[in-house]
Amino acid sequence: MLDQPTAGSAPSQPARVAATGSPQRGTDPGIRPVRFRGGGFAPRSGRHSGWVAMLVVLVLWQIAGSANLINPLFLPSPLAIARATWKLMMSGDLWRHLAWSTMRIGSGWLIGTIAGVIVGFAIGLSSVARGVGMTFISALFPIPKIALLPLLILWLGIGEEPKIATIALGVFFSTGISVYSGVDAVPRNLIRMAQSFNVPFATIIRRVIWPGALPSILAGFRITASIALLLVVSAEMIGAQYGIGAFVLQAGNLMQTDQLLAGVVILSVFGLLIGWLLSLLERRLLHWR
Amino acid sequence: MDLIARNISHRFGELDVLSDVSFTIGAGEVVAIVGPSGCGKSTLLSILGGLLQPSEGRAELRGEAPAGSLNPLTFVFQDFALLPWNTVGENVAFPLLHTSLSVSERDAIVADALRRTGLIDFRAAYPKQLSGGMRQRVGIARAIAVRPAILLMDEPLSALDSQTRELLMEDFIGLLADGAMGAAYVTHNLEEAVRLADRIVVLSRRPGRIREVVTPPLGRAARGDSHAREQLLAMQGELWSLIRGEAIDAEREVQHA
Repeated sequence: MLDQPTAGSAPSQPARVAATGSPQRGTDPGIRPVRFRGGGFAPRSGRHSGWVAMLVVLVLWQIAGSANLINPLFLPSPLAIARATWKLMMSGDLWRHLAWSTMRIGSGWLIGTIAGVIVGFAIGLSSVARGVGMTFISALFPIPKIALLPLLILWLGIGEEPKIATIALGVFFSTGISVYSGVDAVPRNLIRMAQSFNVPFATIIRRVIWPGALPSILAGFRITASIALLLVVSAEMIGAQYGIGAFVLQAGNLMQTDQLLAGVVILSVFGLLIGWLLSLLERRLLHWR
Repeated sequence: MDLIARNISHRFGELDVLSDVSFTIGAGEVVAIVGPSGCGKSTLLSILGGLLQPSEGRAELRGEAPAGSLNPLTFVFQDFALLPWNTVGENVAFPLLHTSLSVSERDAIVADALRRTGLIDFRAAYPKQLSGGMRQRVGIARAIAVRPAILLMDEPLSALDSQTRELLMEDFIGLLADGAMGAAYVTHNLEEAVRLADRIVVLSRRPGRIREVVTPPLGRAARGDSHAREQLLAMQGELWSLIRGEAIDAEREVQHA
């Protein structure tokens, strides 16, 4: 690099150059370091900062509750909610409600997912299926599925079937969309490569399209898991004796806000557990990314 | 086995891409296809390899594929086209999975292809862990594993840096030296064409027609000698003078598109 005089310095006084060819630091007032401008825009999630923030909020909330700054009827303290949760666990009520909700979510999610994956693949691979399927999905996807529960009760009776069907419907459309988007997103060059080796259609599906679409399918699972959770609570609030949704509604009707919030905490933990399981699945199936 | 392009023309909608292209790639022969950007080189290769139906004309094969060939016409892709969820070994084994080979036969073929391409120690690596040059080596290993009669190479070195390109070029020269495999080699790079090809098909700008077929002055083996360098450079210059005017027009056309 040429040692150019800095702007403003006299051309007759060039920067002093050391034996190495570099200007001597500190001896020339015209020399200064280049200002670093490349910082920021690279957020990293701190490992503990989220938990610390959560703890701070809980402590402040507890202090406000203990000092009677908040009416416990409207917002019980964290300790009161923890006590209510503990009681629920010990009495066995929690497990009974949770078992019903899990059964409904599990069945509805599984049925909706299997149907969604099949239809999504068909739409992603077949022109006829795409033409027909997209029309129906576009028309039916925006409908809030909980609005169909009364109709499903008329069709299927007042048992578990309409609740499971509502969840399955909600899961089906989102799964179908994420699957066909995933199939569409598989790089065409990989399919062409497989075709160039005369790889049979079924093998291309199994070894190229399925793994290629998997990231999108698993991302869809995250969305459908939260849809299923939302729908199970809604459906249980409309017509169920057991289930977390029914429990939360009953607690609200009886002004038992500590129990109500215990139900909300359980739903949150339930959602976190599902998210953790999906992360585990992603790590196992998408380790190549 | 010969690969014949017979009066191939192709249109994408209203756009004429190729017009009446005919030539033959003989057994063991390496034919480079060069021409300005957008002249239909890659389209022609896709048609030759059966991945695209031409609007007119057809690609034909003459003679039998060599015994044991599992995929006589085999592509080597510009972007490598490796399955990112499979290891190097699995990628090389991929085109063998649907064949009638036993597992031990398949393993032996994969090991041989990996050894020939210097990848034997990378069998368990994933593509994301490899450099561009190594990824293309996987593409080459996968191609030779099926014992092709003719390699269809679509700008196989264009995504690589110049040093890696040079190393892989030497690999190609070695791979094609014994004449067991022929190749159609699509490239922008005239140096690659004159070093590798027995004949060079020069296409005109779109719609691509055969403008000239050029034969390099020396045999492939002799082109590595230092005294051949001047002759190759001269030929490169001739080719460039054939293409230059149309390359400028094609570039402007692309910019105005």
